[in-house]
Amino acid sequence: MPVSSQWLKRPLLERSTQLFLGVLFAAMALVTLLHVALPQGSALHVSAYTVTLLGKYLCYALLAVAVDLVWGYLGILSLGHGAFFALGGYAMGMYLMRQIGDRGVYGNPELPDFMVFLNWQELPWYWQGFDMAWFAFLMVLLAPGLLALVFGFLAFRSRVTGVYLSIITQALTFALMLAFFRNEMGFGGNNGLTDFKDILGFSLRSDATRLGLFIATGIALAIGYVICRGIVTSKLGRVSIACRDAEARTRFLGYRVDRVQLFVFVVSAMLAGVAGALYVPQVGIINPGEFSPLFSIEIVVWVALGGRATLYGAVIGALLVNYAKTVFTGVMPDAWLFALGGLFVLVTVFLPKGIAGLLQRRSAPPVSSPSQEAAA
Amino acid sequence: MSILRSLARLTFALHLVLLSSLAGAQVSEQQAARLLQGLAGASQAEKSIIVRELAGSGDERARNWLEAFSANKLSRIKTTGQIVIVTSNRGRNWAIADALTGESLGEMSRRELEAVQVNNTLRGEVDDLLSVIDLTVANPQVRLTAARALMGTVNAPLAERLNGLLADEDNPAVREALESALAIYRLGQGDGAAVAVLAGSLNPQARAALAGAARGDDPQIAAAATRALASIEQKLTLNRAAETLYFGLSLGSVLVLAAIGLAITFGVMGVINMAHGELMMLGAYTTWGMQQLLPGQPGLALILSIPAGFLVAAMAGIVIERSVIQHLKGRPLETLLATFGVSLILQQLVRTLISPLNRSVVTPDWMSGSIMINEALSLTLNRLYVIGFALVVFAGLMLIMRKTRLGLEVRAVTQNRAMARSMGIRATRVDILTFGLGSGVAGLAGVALSQITNVGPNLGQSYIIDSFMVVVFGGVGNLWGTLLAGLSLGTINQMLEPWAGAVLAKIIVLVFIILFIQKRPRGLFPQKGRAAEG
Repeated sequence: MPVSSQWLKRPLLERSTQLFLGVLFAAMALVTLLHVALPQGSALHVSAYTVTLLGKYLCYALLAVAVDLVWGYLGILSLGHGAFFALGGYAMGMYLMRQIGDRGVYGNPELPDFMVFLNWQELPWYWQGFDMAWFAFLMVLLAPGLLALVFGFLAFRSRVTGVYLSIITQALTFALMLAFFRNEMGFGGNNGLTDFKDILGFSLRSDATRLGLFIATGIALAIGYVICRGIVTSKLGRVSIACRDAEARTRFLGYRVDRVQLFVFVVSAMLAGVAGALYVPQVGIINPGEFSPLFSIEIVVWVALGGRATLYGAVIGALLVNYAKTVFTGVMPDAWLFALGGLFVLVTVFLPKGIAGLLQRRSAPPVSSPSQEAAA
Repeated sequence: MSILRSLARLTFALHLVLLSSLAGAQVSEQQAARLLQGLAGASQAEKSIIVRELAGSGDERARNWLEAFSANKLSRIKTTGQIVIVTSNRGRNWAIADALTGESLGEMSRRELEAVQVNNTLRGEVDDLLSVIDLTVANPQVRLTAARALMGTVNAPLAERLNGLLADEDNPAVREALESALAIYRLGQGDGAAVAVLAGSLNPQARAALAGAARGDDPQIAAAATRALASIEQKLTLNRAAETLYFGLSLGSVLVLAAIGLAITFGVMGVINMAHGELMMLGAYTTWGMQQLLPGQPGLALILSIPAGFLVAAMAGIVIERSVIQHLKGRPLETLLATFGVSLILQQLVRTLISPLNRSVVTPDWMSGSIMINEALSLTLNRLYVIGFALVVFAGLMLIMRKTRLGLEVRAVTQNRAMARSMGIRATRVDILTFGLGSGVAGLAGVALSQITNVGPNLGQSYIIDSFMVVVFGGVGNLWGTLLAGLSLGTINQMLEPWAGAVLAKIIVLVFIILFIQKRPRGLFPQKGRAAEG
């Protein structure tokens, strides 16, 4: 598979990608305009709170795109993508923790508050280097990437696929959740990392920083989308779709299925890590709850609702479900799990192709729609 | 004059003693009253005699009297001379109860009461007497507990008394405990022969005494004690291993119970039921509901909830199968998602309808408590019942799958659906029954779980991942594999726990399974032949 800049240029020439990027940037520009230009009291003014909320949705959208890449185009249902998201988040959280410096409650310039509280004497080795932004941002990619590499290498080499893979990815994130809950791990245990002050020198409390993070997230989503689109339209993407639809046949044709799977899986994990890293400064906390199997499986339902193997469907699904979640948990918190549970059932039974499937049916019949038995 | 008076009192007390010893173990009401009255008016020397008399009377109330006396709560009503026990001495008015009948007499101003005087010498004597008072009761279990409590507390006068009691003791277990208690004392006095008595004892006090002797001055005793300690240590290690194994097996059998229903729906039918944990939860709540319906009869309710839990979970399972799963045939990943949605709905349903808090399920008497094998090892009964229950359920399922028409049809449909149908097997009906059976077994697991963990909306969630691990580890579609995997995972978990801690042990086991799946993707006992191709 020759790698050239071709694979990134191709999606930019596609009409669907241009449309997606156009809508995304237009929406971001509108939000920015309404936030900056209109006075506080105006009816159309977008508050800093809403900007951050939208930024959070965009993080989820990027995460959903990452899941759609492996589920929609590779046929791997990962129930553990929350783990990659959280690892990226923790890498960012560690950087933000070190930026607090001596402004913590205990005023220790070297150790984060929770370590002082636990009577730790010095910074553990794995915290070294996180005071430097470039190192932390590198780890945002490397930590989830390495986990995906090791895990994927072991799994795909032994041809663990289908339901088995789903269950062990779930066990993976469950094990990590238990591990991160432990105080001895050195990641703040139950409470996680919080009380962040600033990022790259900008205060996290200021509206301008929030807007900046929102825009950065939007750009990350755009880049992530283009990368995924580039992968799925390349030859590698064709092979990965072949793996999804008939793994054994692809192998017999001479393709190294495990390598294709590993590559796409690692890219997806890194994208999830970036999403987590952008999520943490906007939400202001990262704790082991992000590792919970429930969160990981929720991501899958965003993708399922939006429509698998479309990428833009994942974005739509993530935005819709999370908007619904915000509304529901505000108005009647008890009903949210009913709604979410019902969504799982209704989408899988009545809407196997999601909202994107509905849109496609309206327009021309799809050229390459995933077969019903794709996942089997 | 005063000498004469005390002499008169002494003869009075002796007289009492004589009378009551003639009357035998149980003092009559009249004598008890007189003894207590005597206590109130007597001098120190007389009190000492009367106290001993009370302790030796064998009367059930003696402990109560002596404790009250020692705690300064035995009082006399100034006006009537009645002896009472002060049950509450807060404030101006004290609550009192008749010392003889135990009947409450309401409250009385503390000015009208006169405490029976006691001092520290007498308290010491009473404490000594109280320590042996339980050794004279009729119930051997009480005597055994009392004798064990004496270990390491024996002093010279007590040893004398214990020697006397030992001569009369006929229960072997109590004898042994008394001998050990005496041997600990004798060892402390430098008696080398006592080491032999303590050599096999698992009592921590006996061990401490031996350890003390091993550090002692006498080289011969020290050597003997060291040897005895080594053999005890070995015994203890064995017992600890047995205990770990027991806990491991009981945890394992819980896993087996949780996973075996899954082994049927997932392993045999190939349906991923993420709501399996919630079906267990329904079984547990059925037990709770049964106990609400039959208050005061937790045992009967528990037994009734075995069939009830099975039925409730089986019906719920069949509803899930008909409404959701049958539409998703051949799409395992979608089935997984849909049933996960069902599990969320069921959880929230329980939270909304019953309560988000844990409900308490009563453990019937015949299931609580434990069997004491020896002083270092005791097996809790409820876990023993769960182990037995898991084995019975497993055997029952094995029988159904191997020996009944349904089992045959299930296996046929699993191996080749089209062929089975063409042979006249109604595959849809088999699906419903199989799913109902697997779900019902989940309900049974829930009934068992209600006895060992909290019954709450999250009950199922905490077991679902473990159950899947067990099924996958054991090999999908193989009930024996599930049994072996469940028991071994439970035992491994328990063995790791002492040095790794509960959470880390769980993580290690999960990582182990993840690695194991890499090596043997189809579990311990992979399916062979055509069925494996699915």
